[in-house]
Amino acid sequence: MAEAPETLRLEGVRKSYGIGTPAELEVLHGIDLSLRKGEFAALIGPSGGGKSTLLNLVGLLDRPTAGRLFVTGREAGVLGDVELTRLRGHNIGFVFQYHYLLPAFTAVENVMMPILATRGHPDDAMRERAELLLDKVGLTPWRDHMANDLSGGQQQRVAMARALAMDPALVLADEPTGNLDTKSADGVFDVLREVNRTSGTTFLIVTHDPRLAQRCDRIIQLVDGNIVSDQPNSASQPGSG
Amino acid sequence: MNRFLPFEVIAAFRFMREGMAQTTLIITGVALGVGVIVFMSALVAGLQSNIIRRTLNYMAPIVIVPPDQVARPQRGDEVGALAANVQPRSQQLRSIDQWQKVRAQVGRLPSVVAVTPVVSGPGFALRGDANKAVTITGIEPETYVRVIGLEEKLVAGRLPAGASDIVIGIELSKDLGAGVGDKLRLTTASGAAETLNVVGLFDFGNKGVNERTVYIGLRVAQNLLNLTGGVSSLEVKVHEPFAAETIAQTIHSETGLQADSWIRTNAQFFTAMAAQSLSNTVIRFFVGLTAALGIASVLVVSVVQKSKEIGILRAMGTSREQVLRVFLVQGGVMGLVGSVFGCVLGWLFLLAWRSVALNADGTPLFIIVMEPELFASAAAGATLVGILAAVVPARNAARLDPAVAIRG
Repeated sequence: MAEAPETLRLEGVRKSYGIGTPAELEVLHGIDLSLRKGEFAALIGPSGGGKSTLLNLVGLLDRPTAGRLFVTGREAGVLGDVELTRLRGHNIGFVFQYHYLLPAFTAVENVMMPILATRGHPDDAMRERAELLLDKVGLTPWRDHMANDLSGGQQQRVAMARALAMDPALVLADEPTGNLDTKSADGVFDVLREVNRTSGTTFLIVTHDPRLAQRCDRIIQLVDGNIVSDQPNSASQPGSG
Repeated sequence: MNRFLPFEVIAAFRFMREGMAQTTLIITGVALGVGVIVFMSALVAGLQSNIIRRTLNYMAPIVIVPPDQVARPQRGDEVGALAANVQPRSQQLRSIDQWQKVRAQVGRLPSVVAVTPVVSGPGFALRGDANKAVTITGIEPETYVRVIGLEEKLVAGRLPAGASDIVIGIELSKDLGAGVGDKLRLTTASGAAETLNVVGLFDFGNKGVNERTVYIGLRVAQNLLNLTGGVSSLEVKVHEPFAAETIAQTIHSETGLQADSWIRTNAQFFTAMAAQSLSNTVIRFFVGLTAALGIASVLVVSVVQKSKEIGILRAMGTSREQVLRVFLVQGGVMGLVGSVFGCVLGWLFLLAWRSVALNADGTPLFIIVMEPELFASAAAGATLVGILAAVVPARNAARLDPAVAIRG
């Protein structure tokens, strides 16, 4: 089997905060990591271990102090602010613990938002795409409801549809089910797996939930700024990944 | 979502609708401010143009008179023999040298509408026992009415046409008890006298003028004032009253004669007007500043409230510039919408004022012109103020670090 192309590559990535101050603190100590297209990986580890910092770097929301970072083969460190924003907009989708939907817009408009921000003007094609994605997450009947009128689980599914709007190569999920009850959490997770299987989208999911981690194909453990273990997970559903 | 609108405008409108209470409050504030500005500006402009119109009713914008006579002591042979004290000369009533030529020359200036010769000097009007000091004004009616709208100011009778016609003001008519058809006698200090028929009464709306000025034919006045063939002044009407001073200087340099513009003769009035305009500007500035601070504070709060949403927008690929514009548009729209309501408000104020500020006879106290330019400039100004007020909050929003904003 030929190896799939790399969606994400980190080479000796370090991140320090408070550089030059007495409180200078290195949070990540030289991370090497590679995610190939279609992987469905869990990032686990104790709080304060650097998971969120790593996610911010991978999501191009922050820049590493040292090391190199490649997203879909492009080195992020050499890009300016505008190009970085574009690379992020086109290639990375975010799902956060909290949905952060725009309450002033309907469900379908929230899903359209990334495409709208990129293209400038609304059109039928982006609405159709948003409706399709809402259908995937099972929210067609609610698509014209305002974001605030939906339940927590529904809002998180809208946020997922939004993360997929630009058909990104990589979806970063930070405790995507952390705020949901078990039933909603399973529903949300099923959608992620489904998208991964059908679209070949790469997923990196930060979670505290061992049950959820066990359903991923690969488990990366980050402790005190170092990857202490990185193993394929044979316990995940067969036929995926 | 309207497909013709860009992302920034759509987002701006949704954000404003979301914070409807704040948006409504600030738009109301802007509307009140703009309403006051529109009302005040129209009122001040109306007041000023009214005073100007009334002044120019009985006054030519430019009056050309002979240069002042100056004492010229003879020089002695020795330096220093010059008199230490030279008493200034008293000014005789004199004619403008070759006034026909000057009149033609000034009449050719492109900024000049009309030139008319006037002979004017002091005299007395007598009727029975009554005796009133007057300013005898000899005019050439055909050209005089093109400079001063005497014809429209007649309340009875007609303009002086023949050698024995006189037109007097309503105040003098009351003082002398002389109406149209009555006779009165004009005398001057030199002893010349003439008996004349009152053929018309005028009312310039100014007591001094109505009391003192009498209009007679040019010839008669020349005889009475001992200025045969001459005129004491040329009165000039110009297209643009506010350019009168410049034109007066042109006339002075071309003819060597003294040319007094109404701007200089009414210097005090113009100073008052300038002070009024200045205070109006100051009020505008502070109302604008208040509106700007209001809009800015609403947007600053909105940026703080929406920092997570802005963060997610940025994470989704929205550029800093787009975020900046979303908030600039909000500022501009608040200014524009507020000013549109403000214009309506100002207009209503003006209508109300017009129905209240009336003369005893029911005519408006003074005419307020509601110029579309005033409304247009108020709207444009408020929009600009709104955009400027939004600059700081919009930059705060654009600068938000998405990672920090989302983690909060």
